[in-house]
Amino acid sequence: MAKIVAIVKMVPDLVEELEINEAGTGLDRDWLRLIINEFDNHAIEQAILLKERDAGEVTVIAPDAEGVEDMLFTTAAKGADRMIKLAGDLEEGANNHALARAFAEAAKPYQPDLILTGVQANDDLDGPVGPLVAEYLGMPYVGYISGVTIEGNKAIVRKEYPGGLIGEMEVTLPAVLGIQAGEEPPRYVAISKVRQMMKTAEIDEQEISELNPNGGVIAKRMYLPEAAKRAEMIEGDEEEIAAKLVAIFKKAGAL
Amino acid sequence: MADTVTEAKAGFTTKFYNSLFEVAEGEKIKTCLQCADCSGVCPFGYLMDFPPGRMIAWMRAGILDKMLDTDSVWMCVSCYACTEVCPKNIPLTPGLMTRAKEELLLAGNIPTELQSALEFSQRYGNPLGESPRKRADWTADLDFEVPIMRKAKRPVDVLWFVGDYASYHPRVQKTTKAFAKLLHKLGIDFGILGPEENSDGDSQRLAGERGLFEMLAEKNGKAFSQYEFKEIITTDPHAYNAIKNEYPQLGIEYPVRHYTEFLTERIEEIKPLLKDNGKKKVTYHDPCYLGRANNIYDAPRTLLEAIPGVEIVEMSHTKSTSLCCGGGGGGMWLDGFQWEKGEVRLSDWRVKEAVTSGAEILAVACPYEPPRFEDSTKTVPGAEKIIVNDILELLIGAME
Repeated sequence: MAKIVAIVKMVPDLVEELEINEAGTGLDRDWLRLIINEFDNHAIEQAILLKERDAGEVTVIAPDAEGVEDMLFTTAAKGADRMIKLAGDLEEGANNHALARAFAEAAKPYQPDLILTGVQANDDLDGPVGPLVAEYLGMPYVGYISGVTIEGNKAIVRKEYPGGLIGEMEVTLPAVLGIQAGEEPPRYVAISKVRQMMKTAEIDEQEISELNPNGGVIAKRMYLPEAAKRAEMIEGDEEEIAAKLVAIFKKAGAL
Repeated sequence: MADTVTEAKAGFTTKFYNSLFEVAEGEKIKTCLQCADCSGVCPFGYLMDFPPGRMIAWMRAGILDKMLDTDSVWMCVSCYACTEVCPKNIPLTPGLMTRAKEELLLAGNIPTELQSALEFSQRYGNPLGESPRKRADWTADLDFEVPIMRKAKRPVDVLWFVGDYASYHPRVQKTTKAFAKLLHKLGIDFGILGPEENSDGDSQRLAGERGLFEMLAEKNGKAFSQYEFKEIITTDPHAYNAIKNEYPQLGIEYPVRHYTEFLTERIEEIKPLLKDNGKKKVTYHDPCYLGRANNIYDAPRTLLEAIPGVEIVEMSHTKSTSLCCGGGGGGMWLDGFQWEKGEVRLSDWRVKEAVTSGAEILAVACPYEPPRFEDSTKTVPGAEKIIVNDILELLIGAME
């Protein structure tokens, strides 16, 4: 029976306009609405699919953030067995190196056969969490995965390459996989089931012993893209516009 | 093992059957004559594996678990056509069909496009996936201020529940602004909830997500309880239906009227404001949740008749036999699914009837309809010149 750990996090929800903080070095977190990282959501779905297919035990680990408990209860309603919330000084968000160390420390006691996580996230500045966790735990890592089959102490994984190529490869367990897409889209669970979990399931809160951001990049300045004034609006009727376009193409050597 | 499975399956039918009695008048299911009028009148009945009549037959045979492996129940647009025609008055739409969708949803048998709308509703309080903070953004380009209750900090006569599509959909916002202008012209003391308003949840309920409906209703109930007002009005028949018929069961009780009722009461004030902009033939589409679900047929026609130059022509399906636009019961979020199943759109069917009626204008009174019918006027032959307008747009048009 495979022991699967999904490590996931909440990221800024792009439905709201993003604001930059007063220091100009990051996002203004007071105004942020958070949502589960889409790729992490696929990692959870893949973990649940593996459990349903081959039996297994799924543990989901997420750092504390606004909305993280609702998200964890939802994963419980989907079929996760154990939910862990990592607590610590996370208000300003932690970089991926700090998070990866915390994830590795939290995952280790469960002796996972497989650690699944999203291959990327929209707030990654310093590379994905997966390879770092693999490094700290001394496990192999394969990223951009869109299918997993467990066979004994090995997993057969489908890795996506650019240009529509798929590679099928074998990896020895335990291993860390960066999930690009679950084999099925993340499922919907009725709110009544989630509410039931809120009454019956428990989230295990664990303190992060040390948030060590070493190795990560430091953002010196964050700003909106500055508009360059290179665009020229061509005005006139169709004939005039066409004539001007031809002149521009000729000047550029395209005609 | 086989016996256990058989028992579990038989158990589903029994459990499902018993749950129908919890709906008002639910026991009437026992009196079904198997006349199949429901399945015949259903606009998508011919595409369903389990139209209502067959669902009852298989339930009686104890083998309804087979329904869980099919997905055509999602074609149900909760239009009340079956309920209206049933000679035994069985609550087929709110009972049988809605319960069936609830079971499919619990079993995880749910079309992906519907899933997004439900997730958005849970997360943002609207099925469109828009920012809740932007719910009142439509008010920005009006030349008067629309009071938002939290900022206004005073009692109002009328709380206007704006609704999802009326707040966010670019086409429907035109109708919403028309209503705001009308209220302003009539000097009505009104306010809106703005970002505190959540989806009324009725279509989510009819799409099988009862828990989500309750969550949204509780949020709206909490917002209502913060403010003082005499009544709620809305342009959305779905919100009207929820607040009038469903919220009271959750202890959220407020008087509510659809705008057609509210304005009809003020018709003598409105008439002097209306100019004669020339003759036009208008046909009126009765929305399911104003008409069949709530028996409001006259008020919208009274408003139209008040406009000088308007001649009302009726379509072949009218009043209690009106055809659904296809948006109810989750249909707003299942266009792709419906197309895959049947390559038909109910809105096309309705617009064809509008063409046959000879009308120049197709008048509506529900926010689901302008975008659906306008799409159809682009593809139905002969419908190119038909203008789709909410009654509110026609009223405001006659004032300018």
